[in-house]
Amino acid sequence: MSKHYSALALARHALDPDMPWPKAWESPEPKSSYDVVIVGGGGHGLATAYYLAKNHGITNVAVIEKSYIGSGNVGRNTTLIRSNYMIGGNTAFFEHSLKLWEGLSHELNFNCMVSQRGQIVLAVNPVQMDVFARRGNTMRLNGIDAELLDAGEVRKLLPYLDWSRDARWPIHGAIMQPRAGTVRHDAVAWGYARAASALGVHIIENCEVTGFVINDGKVSGVDTSRGRINAGKVGIAVAGHTSHVAKMAGLKLPVESHILQAFVTEPIKPIVDNVISWGAELFYLSQSDKGGLVFGGHIDGFNTYTQRGQFNRIQTVAECAVSLMPFISRLRMLRHWGGIQDMTPDGSPFISRTPVKNLYLNGGWCYQGFKATPASGWTYSHTIAHDQEHELVRDFALDRFEKGKELDEFGLGNWTYKQ
Amino acid sequence: MMLPCPHCGDRDVSEFRYGGDASKERPAHGTGDLQTWNDYVFLFENPKGPHTEYWQHVLGCRRWFKLARNTATNEIGGVVS
Repeated sequence: MSKHYSALALARHALDPDMPWPKAWESPEPKSSYDVVIVGGGGHGLATAYYLAKNHGITNVAVIEKSYIGSGNVGRNTTLIRSNYMIGGNTAFFEHSLKLWEGLSHELNFNCMVSQRGQIVLAVNPVQMDVFARRGNTMRLNGIDAELLDAGEVRKLLPYLDWSRDARWPIHGAIMQPRAGTVRHDAVAWGYARAASALGVHIIENCEVTGFVINDGKVSGVDTSRGRINAGKVGIAVAGHTSHVAKMAGLKLPVESHILQAFVTEPIKPIVDNVISWGAELFYLSQSDKGGLVFGGHIDGFNTYTQRGQFNRIQTVAECAVSLMPFISRLRMLRHWGGIQDMTPDGSPFISRTPVKNLYLNGGWCYQGFKATPASGWTYSHTIAHDQEHELVRDFALDRFEKGKELDEFGLGNWTYKQ
Repeated sequence: MMLPCPHCGDRDVSEFRYGGDASKERPAHGTGDLQTWNDYVFLFENPKGPHTEYWQHVLGCRRWFKLARNTATNEIGGVVS
């Protein structure tokens, strides 16, 4: 039995087929009490538990998941990582996240297949080039990599796009973040779960939180489908269902739940070796290791908890793909699926204390939950351990709207469904 | 999803524009209490279940109406007067 994954362990197990690999993480019975209970066993909850144990020495921790590990949004996203943000509260946080991604497979002793293939955002008019130049300059001033590419440079990198003279959206250039890329999303959940479990964290699957135990404005535990579990501190990390869970603690939040769809085509030979985003419409794609083109677009546009997407969004995304790359028009869409994400009035998340003592909130991730996973766990564990927000997330406070401190990266205003 | 426009009948959701939670009550004109405005503008019930909301038939008759819909199932309860 090899607990540590290595080439040697692989060889040992290959030579002795009777030697079973140990389970990646333990499945203990829940204890009656923990120092910290994390509600939600997605990427953020598991990362938080891992860094609570690793960075803060708090190992008497339970992660409570209503389904199985990897069943939620950590396995439903389009797997992109990047840190091309522009405004103060976002840049340092997402850059910290990208730095953690860069070392994550070694950190967790689990191959997360981090692939820094670069993200290229295409400009479809000259004004966008000016906007991209400003964004790139801001990123570089913050120590983040960014390259402004003219149309000739983009064409060398992406010769397969529609470069014809009558293209509906002619390409004027692009901004590239070479360190951006993709990560195998399931491996992130499994890697954090395994590493947290090895440090003593209890991962309790198929256990739904049904209520919070709150006395005199202070939380002291949670009621679950497997009985009451007492806790010194409780952290919520259930993005998609944040309003639903926070309501059990009497909180009403600046969050609406919306569906975001993702799409995969039938597999084709390798052609798209970067992440591409488009300036004409919210549309992005990459090619998976299995060969399928992975597409993402905008949310459907109305609040819902059903993970079932609308057809008009499928059509829009397919139209974007074909106008960008006409040669894929005869490819068939293999699968599409939906995930429910928290949308906030300014498009930015929350990592924060709450009005209830010892109850903490992590949610409101909008489109950016997956890429934030490591830094979210890093800063949320700090926030819980010290009862004080980590310096990277001071702008992610729950009360920022009433203080006039919105963190609106695109200046879209207070409509959750337009963010 | 088909939505029942009170003027045009059942039409595909792609013809409509969503207008948000219709159960919110706008504070009275001249309300000075900022907390009241904050709650009105920024906080959402966001229920998993019955929800009343505004839609506009923007690619049709352009009529605004209130609709009852279940956010857990997308089941349409009908137009609310």
